[in-house]
Amino acid sequence: MIAETGLAALWIAAAFALLQTLMGFAALGGEGRPLIRAVRPVAVVQALMTATAFAALLLVFWHTDLSVKLVADDSATTLPTIYRIAGAWGNHEGSMLLWVTILALAGAAVALFERRLPERTLAATIGTQGLIALGFFAFLLFSSNPFARLDVPAAEGNGFNPLLQDPGLAFHPPTLYVGYVGLSVAFSFAVGALLTRDIGATFAKAMRPWVLGAWIFLTVGITAGSYWAYYELGWGGWWFWDPTENASLMPWLAATALLHSVTVLATRDGLRAWTVMLAVVAFSMSMVGTFLVRSGILTSVHAFALDPKRGAFILVLLALYIGGALALFAARVATVAEGNRFDPVSREGALVVNNLLLSAILGVVLIGTLYPLGVEAMTGEKLSVGAPYFNTAAGPLALLLVAVMAAGPVMRWRRDELAVVGRRIMVPTAIAVLALVAALLFAPGLHVLLLLGLTLAAGTAAASVAPLWKRNLRRTPLFTWGMVVAHLGVAVSLAGMASESAFTRETLVAARPGETVHVGPYAVRFAAIDPAAGQNFTAVRATLIATRGNADPLTLQPEQRTFDNPPQQTSESAIATRLDGQLYTVVGEQVPGGRWQLRLWWKPFVTLIWAGGALIALGGLLSLLGRILPRRGVKVEQHGYTRAY
Amino acid sequence: MKTVRLLLWLPLIAFLIVLGLVSSGLIKPHSTTIQSQMIGRPLPAFTLPSGRAGEAPLTSTGFADDKPRLVNIFASWCVPCLAEAPELMVLKREGIRIEGIAIRDRTEDLAAFLQRNGDPYERIGRDDTGAVQIALGSSGVPESFVVDGKGIIRAQHIGEIRPEDMAGLIAAVQGAR
Amino acid sequence: MRASPLLIAALIAVPAVLRADPVMAPDPLSYTQLADPAQEARAQALMQTIRCVVCQGQSIADSDADLAASMRAIVREKTAAGETPDAIRAWMVARYGRWVNYRPAVEPVTWPLWGAPLALIGIGALLARRVLKRRGRA
Repeated sequence: MIAETGLAALWIAAAFALLQTLMGFAALGGEGRPLIRAVRPVAVVQALMTATAFAALLLVFWHTDLSVKLVADDSATTLPTIYRIAGAWGNHEGSMLLWVTILALAGAAVALFERRLPERTLAATIGTQGLIALGFFAFLLFSSNPFARLDVPAAEGNGFNPLLQDPGLAFHPPTLYVGYVGLSVAFSFAVGALLTRDIGATFAKAMRPWVLGAWIFLTVGITAGSYWAYYELGWGGWWFWDPTENASLMPWLAATALLHSVTVLATRDGLRAWTVMLAVVAFSMSMVGTFLVRSGILTSVHAFALDPKRGAFILVLLALYIGGALALFAARVATVAEGNRFDPVSREGALVVNNLLLSAILGVVLIGTLYPLGVEAMTGEKLSVGAPYFNTAAGPLALLLVAVMAAGPVMRWRRDELAVVGRRIMVPTAIAVLALVAALLFAPGLHVLLLLGLTLAAGTAAASVAPLWKRNLRRTPLFTWGMVVAHLGVAVSLAGMASESAFTRETLVAARPGETVHVGPYAVRFAAIDPAAGQNFTAVRATLIATRGNADPLTLQPEQRTFDNPPQQTSESAIATRLDGQLYTVVGEQVPGGRWQLRLWWKPFVTLIWAGGALIALGGLLSLLGRILPRRGVKVEQHGYTRAY
Repeated sequence: MKTVRLLLWLPLIAFLIVLGLVSSGLIKPHSTTIQSQMIGRPLPAFTLPSGRAGEAPLTSTGFADDKPRLVNIFASWCVPCLAEAPELMVLKREGIRIEGIAIRDRTEDLAAFLQRNGDPYERIGRDDTGAVQIALGSSGVPESFVVDGKGIIRAQHIGEIRPEDMAGLIAAVQGAR
Repeated sequence: MRASPLLIAALIAVPAVLRADPVMAPDPLSYTQLADPAQEARAQALMQTIRCVVCQGQSIADSDADLAASMRAIVREKTAAGETPDAIRAWMVARYGRWVNYRPAVEPVTWPLWGAPLALIGIGALLARRVLKRRGRA
């Protein structure tokens, strides 16, 4: 009954999406006023229906209704409750429904809360949102129905991938999707504005909070995903340049560029074409990512196993949406009056360089991800493009970007002097040089990219707080605080990445209980190995006692878990976090001689990577609040032209 | 400006190229098996202890004796190897010489497996570390290589040998003089 | 409570049967480091860039698969014997093709790949010229 209600709600939502699309675009015709007013509630009802369908799916999973094919395929009654519910989006159909639900809710949010946009453009925006929803509703209803029933209910479910049975599953996909799919709003804004030829400062100011909102969630989602992979997969890696990871990084890069570009459009009415292009590209990257992960054309641990027919369906949707938007862009943008041009040495100039570098990195990641596909299509040969390529190709660009990020925020709008800018960043530069000298002295032989990373991290961290120098901190606008915190977060994250890559120590050994091994500053005694069990697994648990100098000993208990539904072994790492790094321990299989494989790492300052990510998101939140909360006191925008910040 | 107009269409053109590439990836479903690159090259040098008690080791030098063979990589713990065992017996009856390389198998497990499923092998080598498997460019069990009379690898069959593969394999071995 | 080796052996044996995996232990060099830290560092760096042929996108350093373990043992063995990382990489590619190499070589089939970053910077610079005006000109 619940499943049928869900399916019915989905059909009704699709019908409303159709209505929303037709009304939204009809409103462009000029006779639009009543239509414009009516399209808002239609969008809200569509969202409510979609949310109902999603709630039905959650209920069906919570009760483990084994007559629903999806539940029988991907869940089991023996699962802990949290994974019974979160498992609803741990599979293709369920996560696709989550995707569409967020799309609908984002459209409803625009319909309910957007007040600054001119009405015709808003109607076109809501119509575009409905059009996107329509395509994906069709995909769900005709080829990925989450509510399909089995003729004979299964006796027990096939179980759920043990690697996904982790709190990360409850958090990472929904957060990521809000970011990913939230960028659809920017896309719809851009298409709406292209249709009404209304691209200017008002448009930018209206779009900015939506971009910020989606970007914050995307940042959190990616950071959380990275940490989840780090502690779950058992070998201490935090980024693998896996196609699915790249699929989430590409929208983030585009959204970051968009975020900066939209500010230029809002305050200086420049970079019109860039801003619209980036808004289209960001969500296009989201859709391309959705396709890559679900089509089966790229090998990845993350990918859903799918048949090519479903991939073909999404590809057609992509061709229509992205192709249509890009064609509209090419046809319309030239007729839009050009915005202001800027001096090369100015904040706008720095932001243009920022845009270009981010777009170049995006291009590199896209080409690297798709290259194996291209080569196989044209020559039939298989080749791999992995971390070595991405680090070498995108690394220097990213470092250059961080360097620009140090100077940009202290530059004036419209026009500035190089010498004056140089003076403002003298202290950060000095700090960077000190860091370089320290690194060369205490850690000789580092790879040049890591050396630059550490140096730039130190300098940029100092530079990011420079805009606060000599200011009345209580009267500094919230969005300036946001900029400072976000840029600081980038520097912190970079410091973590460089430190982990440069200074990690690994010990790999086969040890007997009672033996002591060393890793980094720690002496680790292998105290015991015992059996253990959980709700749906049995395990072998090692007890390790780690001591360092005079500090209290730490106890770590890594496990090797064995599940039987589905039959799989996973490794649960045990991690101890200190102020200056993490001790990461893994127990492997038994080997002859009563020995056990142990892998131990000492990773200095690795937590900075995710702390930095959290700071970046926090900075975004401060900026968002700074833009949408009513501002007290003096309007800072007017000072923006002559002051540096 | 003409260049500006052209530049504006660049993203769309780039997208269409990507679309084309990706579509071809969908149409030809991409195979997940990795082919060995050793085809056409001589068998790598190896000496493996025998899988049967008391027998001489299996060495690569014994392959250049003008007699083509099938080298079958298998193991007693491998489920598809069980499925292909009858086909291997048929091949033996057809006069095809089969040499076996057992991956990470104990002699007793191997003996039990051959007892249960028949022994089509002339000689068996035990590859306890997987080194020879890798030297051949094999990526799993079961796999079979056609080796000609000069010790050159001529073909690779990935996966278990099924009835429909028999004719082709027999022809390959007999043709590989 | 110290568990009996028998119980632990039972816990290990059962899943091995379920998995249809070998009972025999992997080569020690697949799970122990080389004695010389410099050699181990070279071997480790190389292992991070060799792709596991039976996994869905992992290097042999990160994989739990038996074949990956065998490949790790081979990498360490060859490194200890004095072979350079490039030679070992070439040996692997000679057996499995370019697919096993995570670091694409610079050769005609990958010129577009390695040229892409430069091309993108070039296009970017051209686009920037349109938006940035020169000093002195109105």
